[in-house]
Amino acid sequence: MARSIPTRTRLGFTLVGWLVGLLIFFPILWTVLTSFKSEGTAIATPPQFLFFQWTAENYAEVNSRSDYFKHFMNSVVISVGSTLLGLLIAIPAAWAMAFAPTKRTKDVLLWMLSTKMLPAVGVLVPIYLLFRDTGLLDTRIGLTAVLTMSNLPIIVWMLYTYFREIPGDILEAARMDGASLAKEIVYVLTPMAVPGIASTLLLNIILAWNEAFWTLNLTAAKAAPLTAFIASYSSPEGLFWAKLSAASTLAIAPILVLGWFSQRQLVRGLTFGAVK
Amino acid sequence: MRVRLCAVATCSAMAIAAFGTTGATAETLTIATVNNGDMIRMQKLAGAFTEKNPDITLEWVTLEENVLRQRVTTDIATKGGQYDIMTIGTYEVPIWAAQDWLVPLDFDADYDVDDLLPAIRAGLSIDGALYAAPFYGESSFVMYRKDLFDEAGLEMPEAPTWDFIGEAARKITDKGNEIYGICLRGKAGWGENMAFLTAMANSFGARWFDMDWNPQFDQPQWKEALQFYIDLMKDAGPPGASSNGFNENLALFQTGKCGMWIDATVAASFVSNPDESKVADKVGFALAPDNGLGKRGNWLWAWSLAVPAGSQKTDAAKKFIAWATSKEYSELVAEKEGWANVPPGTRTSLYANPAYQEAAPFADLTLKSIQAADPTHPTVDDVPYVGVQFVAIPEFQGIGTAVGQQFSAALAGQTTVDQALAGAQALTAREMQKAGYPK
Repeated sequence: MARSIPTRTRLGFTLVGWLVGLLIFFPILWTVLTSFKSEGTAIATPPQFLFFQWTAENYAEVNSRSDYFKHFMNSVVISVGSTLLGLLIAIPAAWAMAFAPTKRTKDVLLWMLSTKMLPAVGVLVPIYLLFRDTGLLDTRIGLTAVLTMSNLPIIVWMLYTYFREIPGDILEAARMDGASLAKEIVYVLTPMAVPGIASTLLLNIILAWNEAFWTLNLTAAKAAPLTAFIASYSSPEGLFWAKLSAASTLAIAPILVLGWFSQRQLVRGLTFGAVK
Repeated sequence: MRVRLCAVATCSAMAIAAFGTTGATAETLTIATVNNGDMIRMQKLAGAFTEKNPDITLEWVTLEENVLRQRVTTDIATKGGQYDIMTIGTYEVPIWAAQDWLVPLDFDADYDVDDLLPAIRAGLSIDGALYAAPFYGESSFVMYRKDLFDEAGLEMPEAPTWDFIGEAARKITDKGNEIYGICLRGKAGWGENMAFLTAMANSFGARWFDMDWNPQFDQPQWKEALQFYIDLMKDAGPPGASSNGFNENLALFQTGKCGMWIDATVAASFVSNPDESKVADKVGFALAPDNGLGKRGNWLWAWSLAVPAGSQKTDAAKKFIAWATSKEYSELVAEKEGWANVPPGTRTSLYANPAYQEAAPFADLTLKSIQAADPTHPTVDDVPYVGVQFVAIPEFQGIGTAVGQQFSAALAGQTTVDQALAGAQALTAREMQKAGYPK
């Protein structure tokens, strides 16, 4: 029988929940507010919260100085492309590990994850030389490939966890009905794992969107995504916080909107299998 | 089917041919620049260059200083060839030129290379050959609050000593009202606190290395300089100074919390801009302090344009650099945006121009500060390196930051001055030994 929770406790938890939520969201809110201030108001002490003279001049300045749309399109192509390519490789890999494990499967999984433990800068020069020799520097294809590789371990791990929750008997039943391996993965496994695949997809798009090491180091003028757009507004000599905030807001807005609309899917996927 | 394939192949070949032809007539220069105001202005005005040179198109990669440095260094060290023109500083030029990574620049008589300020030109040349053309140069000086000085009955000399600065800073300080006599860099980093402290130490007669590349932090000059800095900051500096860099001090000064601030000359235009600064009409300027040893505690930096050896478009790149760093460009900026916005610190003729002197009240002090710095003889005794606030060797970024952490810890009160200097000496000696420097 479910235990009834006293109203006061429930109120307390709700309040704490809201407080934690606000605390996490506050830096984003502050960035958005700062983007509407003048440079002078942005550094004012005490900081001004809502009652200042709102201005959109920072957005106008940012748009006149850089080509936002070009950077935005590069971000879309690179993040979506690398995630789809990653899924294409990871779904069969996760299937093999979840439904046809060997005694080395656990080791393979750990080894895959261990590739994330090396700091990216450690392989910058070799990758840079490879890209130079293959003509991939400053290309969307090159960046898509490198982000696919860097996010693949996470995609495989996430999918492996979701697939493990699916009873192997269902797949076996499909096999007994004469389904080939490809059909089993496409028509039986994938539809059942949609919440898991969707949350993996979304999380990896977010990771790729925010990736700021490879996207900054392997691009110049043509394939530079929104991370390079932001980097052109921060400055160690000069307080341009309002312009930087406007550039940051423009860069995070698309992914924030995507996250907002897909939050139900995201939460469902992330808690998939948590309660049996 | 075969017919359709042939048609597609023919169309593709034609498209590729057409694309190839277009590519051959117009040359595209990819330019990596730092995102300061002068560079962004150059980007805006570059239309004047492409109008005159319709066969050249420009592509810009504008980044903040640290990201730019990481990116262009990776590219040039691997001969990546992504950029045709790079914006680099006085730290990189001697190192890269010695590695044959840069194309030497030779300009015609119209460019008037002798008009470049000698200190800046010396920092960008090796054996008399110029490897980068200065776009804008800066030094450091004292910015102070005239109103606070008047209230305290003090008068700032044009060329103050460290003793006067110390005395004045302590007199002005009113911690109860959040007025701090002096704001100086404390944040650890080779381009942060070490830029200031190395330049300051020069005026105390300290040096990084002797002529045999032995570190000198165990010498009394370093102890005197660091002790002076830490005592001064304890008595008259703002709280939490060990995490303050240029931007933090700029915010403090602009909001009226600093009596003095010694930093880059470029800050003068920010603190005297009434849109950004509360104290715009109360700011005075003076040369960086000295200690009676013939060297002032100011640095020298020039953002310069260079052509990497990996570029395939050397001629077009040189043409652009000659335009962007010419007298003609200065006149163009003056015509479009006024003399006050002309990039400072590169040409003697600019400082002789009455229109410029009138528009930029701190022009004279900037020139004197730049002239007072000598990158080949930065301190009292001879040194084996080039550089005023840095040592132009590849290892310096790492060593400078590690030493900066020691000094920042001493400022925060976590270690003593002696411990910080001993730590700096040990780590520098170890790194230099590993790199094979000491003779």
